[in-house]
Amino acid sequence: MDNAAGFLPIIAALPFLGALFPGLMIQAGRNTCAAFTAAPTILALTLLLLCAPAVMRGEVLTFGIDWLPSLGLNVNFMLDGLGLLFAGMILGIGLLIILYARFYLSREDPMGQFYTYLLLFQGAMVGIVLSDNILLLLIFWELTSLSSFLLIGYWKHLPEGRQGARMALTVTGLGGLAMIAGMLILGNIAGSYDLSVILTQKDAIQASPLYLPALILILLGCFTKSAQFPFHFWLPHAMAAPTPVSAYLHSATMVKAGLFLMARMWPVLAGTPEWFWIVASTGLITMVMAAKIALFKDDLKALLAFSTVSHLGLITMLLGLGTKAAAMVAVFHIINHATFKAALFMTAGIVDHEAHTRDIKRLGGLRHLMPITFTIATIAALSMAGIPPFNGFLSKEMMLEEVAHTHWIGPAWMMGAVATLGALFSVAYSFRYIAHVFLGPKRSDYPAKPHDPGFGMWAAPAFLTVLVILIGLMPMTFAGELVRVAAQAVTQSEPTVKIYHWHGLVPAFWMSVIAVIGGAVLLRLHAPLMRLWNATPRPEAKVMFDAVTRAATALSTALTDGVHNGALTRNGAIFAVVVIAAGVLGYLGGGMAAPTREMLPVTLVPAIGWLLLMLATICLVAFHRNRFLALVLMGIVGLIVSMGFVYLSAPDLALTQISVEVVTIILLLLALNFLPRETPAESSVARRMRDAGIAVVGGIAVAGLTYAILLRDFAAESISVFHLANSYKGGGGTNVVNVILVDFRGFDTYGEIIVLGIAALVIFALTETVLKGPGGRWLSQWKADRYPEAGDRHPLMMVVATRVMMPIALMVGAYIFLRGHNQPGGGFIAGLIVAIAFLMQYMASGFAWAESRQRVTYHATIGVGVLIASVTGIGAWLAGRPFLTSDYGYLHFPPIEEFEWATAMAFDTGVFLTVVGAVMLALNSLSSMARRAGETVNVTPMDINPALSDAPGEKEA
Amino acid sequence: MELLFASAIGLLTAGGLYLVLRLRSFPVIIGISLLSYAVNLFLFGTGRLVVDLPPILQKGVEAYTDPLPQALVLTAIVISFGMTAVVVIMALGSFLSSRDDTVNIGPETPPEQPAQENEA
Repeated sequence: MDNAAGFLPIIAALPFLGALFPGLMIQAGRNTCAAFTAAPTILALTLLLLCAPAVMRGEVLTFGIDWLPSLGLNVNFMLDGLGLLFAGMILGIGLLIILYARFYLSREDPMGQFYTYLLLFQGAMVGIVLSDNILLLLIFWELTSLSSFLLIGYWKHLPEGRQGARMALTVTGLGGLAMIAGMLILGNIAGSYDLSVILTQKDAIQASPLYLPALILILLGCFTKSAQFPFHFWLPHAMAAPTPVSAYLHSATMVKAGLFLMARMWPVLAGTPEWFWIVASTGLITMVMAAKIALFKDDLKALLAFSTVSHLGLITMLLGLGTKAAAMVAVFHIINHATFKAALFMTAGIVDHEAHTRDIKRLGGLRHLMPITFTIATIAALSMAGIPPFNGFLSKEMMLEEVAHTHWIGPAWMMGAVATLGALFSVAYSFRYIAHVFLGPKRSDYPAKPHDPGFGMWAAPAFLTVLVILIGLMPMTFAGELVRVAAQAVTQSEPTVKIYHWHGLVPAFWMSVIAVIGGAVLLRLHAPLMRLWNATPRPEAKVMFDAVTRAATALSTALTDGVHNGALTRNGAIFAVVVIAAGVLGYLGGGMAAPTREMLPVTLVPAIGWLLLMLATICLVAFHRNRFLALVLMGIVGLIVSMGFVYLSAPDLALTQISVEVVTIILLLLALNFLPRETPAESSVARRMRDAGIAVVGGIAVAGLTYAILLRDFAAESISVFHLANSYKGGGGTNVVNVILVDFRGFDTYGEIIVLGIAALVIFALTETVLKGPGGRWLSQWKADRYPEAGDRHPLMMVVATRVMMPIALMVGAYIFLRGHNQPGGGFIAGLIVAIAFLMQYMASGFAWAESRQRVTYHATIGVGVLIASVTGIGAWLAGRPFLTSDYGYLHFPPIEEFEWATAMAFDTGVFLTVVGAVMLALNSLSSMARRAGETVNVTPMDINPALSDAPGEKEA
Repeated sequence: MELLFASAIGLLTAGGLYLVLRLRSFPVIIGISLLSYAVNLFLFGTGRLVVDLPPILQKGVEAYTDPLPQALVLTAIVISFGMTAVVVIMALGSFLSSRDDTVNIGPETPPEQPAQENEA
């Protein structure tokens, strides 16, 4: 048992793995492609058969891997009788479909794609029936919706195919969403998401007040998938798919998934009045209604589609009755329906393939031209009609027998009468499939000359027909055991399976006789009835569906256009309001603890700083139209923020803030060179009041939040304690902030420098793009004539001073870098300082002049920086530690003092290089715009020529 | 002190919000910068304000500043520089390419509906 259980995940995985091959193997020819599709299916089927003996003995095979145990999501597989029956059908009929499709698809159809989709779908279906965890089941469930979308829309050039695929996806997808909710409720009630646990919780589940919502939601999923009224309309539209797809999806797999789930959940959900009324009524209505429509469909596949809906309704109704006997019949009919319906779809495909039409009005008399197809189709159709001795007869009789003893609405015989009506229609359309297609006189106006196809094409339906006959003749031998174990799994008790042909003169017999005779009569009257049918108006599901989708689309378009109309200001305002509202809601919803911290005293210097900050911010907003002034004021704000960091015991932050401030202001100044100097006043007063309102409310909210936080201690103990305790012991540094950056949270920093590098590259790329486009052309004609410029572009004093400062600044950078682990400093700050040292040269003598003296490109600097950081991180692997684990030690060189080394230092070097490279690349990109605008390159460091008084003495380079 | 700190953050936020809602790119950039100050200060403040406490481990000292928010804010400052730089280039690029520095593209006509399949 244990060995066989190990096969379960392999069975589920094989189709998915196999899906990789058809697309490649199509290069080797269509036969190879089909063979490589069949191989994983055969292998999976073989493994399944190896599991079968154990299941037949009544064992339940289980296999589990914990995936996300905290969510209750585990990769648990289970194989019981029901799973065996479905997995066998999915893989077995799948194999026949692969064979059939090989001959059905034409040379123009991309066969590799088809087989890939088919295997994906097969894998998803097998996954559903083998899942023991309902969350896992839901994943596979959604996968079937997606992969069936690909299959139904396989003929992408047909609008019907695309629409049918969309409709199927919409309906089954929405149902799937409802089912997710239902399953989550169910899992909550049962306390586990494992089916094996849920199935034991019948009493708890049915007693729960959430039983009905869970039931309805799960049934929505099942009904949409199994095309039950009123969600049946997608199935006929899915007929636009190639016939092998229809045969597969609508006989054994996709639509049976809903039935499978109802059967799977039967032990816990069934048996209540709610279950009976919802499921049995839906099934009965679907059965009769669809059978009636099927009679009036001229398209062979549409006829079969509605007959499928009808038979699905039949099975649903049987499951809905809630008795063990009815559930057993449902299982039996699932087998029978799969065999005869797959065969019928394939014969419809053959007729379409050979006669080039599947319109019944243009067919007839094919029995002479296609005798083999005629035989197969006739047997399968008679089985569908429920004519002895074929298998459809057996399950239909048993169904009628169950229904005859069930009290529905109205008089006691009501359900039996309605079901008989359904059976009557069923007989009529089945007979029509035979009579109007194959019987009758031979015609002379077929679109193509029909003849029987090659063996490859009729082999699959013929095989199924043999099953139809064998099960029909010897049900107990060929299906009895399978029905028994499957019914045992559905009902969770030992069923008595007795299938025989003659029940005596029971009600079911008479109902059957009425159905057959009535059906034959109905077919006689078909022509006048058809006229009546065409004359009566009826609701067109597709029109309604389209109207609903259009309305939904219009609604969502109106919503998104209203919120997101391309106006950044509107977006920003909505965002701000929503965030503030969420905050206010949270504030109103929860209480607030009393303050626990004392306020720090206010001293003079911080008070002055605060006053300056407030003034600068107010002035900044008031005078923001003057852009240079705004920049200066922003600089003041930044400086005061830096000083605030110093005062509040954060020297590292102060150093970083002040260097970033310098770089940012230079960047903005460079940009402002090309932007308008003034911001025009264009928004209305009302608009400004609105924005001011939002801003004031937002400001007050943030201030209040900050104030509330500052006056209260941590709710839980801070992890900072750990960092403080382990910084020296574990990271070898006394500057805890730096140790956190390069060691404890090294992975964060690693990500940050990569982001920074990417940002710099984005800037570079954007600049290049702009310069190549109309922006670049405009720049080359750009004249900075609107403002007077200084005569000495590169003043002597500045050049001399920066040259002297360069080595000093680099020294400071090196010093800051080296002390970083133990004193304020580190790679980030050192990188910024060195970047500023370079920038000063750029400002003094021009970018191009400085750049021509530079040997390493900034791109390389960024790359090397990230590389060093990565190699340092990977180095930890060599020592068998996780990524970025750091190490440190001490070296002692006799004349010098003890010297500490740490791998974190190498990581910090990477940070340093990336920061230098990123900052320089960003500014360099901006400067390249200036060069495009005609700025020339200096020949000498100072290009001032005192002899010329009117213009700067540039010499062209 | 806490009151001053909170009110400063509040004003920076208010100023930043107001400027972000302007119609031209430059004030929006300045507004984002102000918001960055506010956010960085706020994050820093979650470590609670302390004065005259050492940030560096020393022998015999028990009380330190909270290093964790400082480390987070340090990288945040550098990243917000990177972000500002990208936004500046975007603003500059769009101005150079279209000679227009407004931030709104205004309501556009919806893109062409895909071929009317519903009628088929």
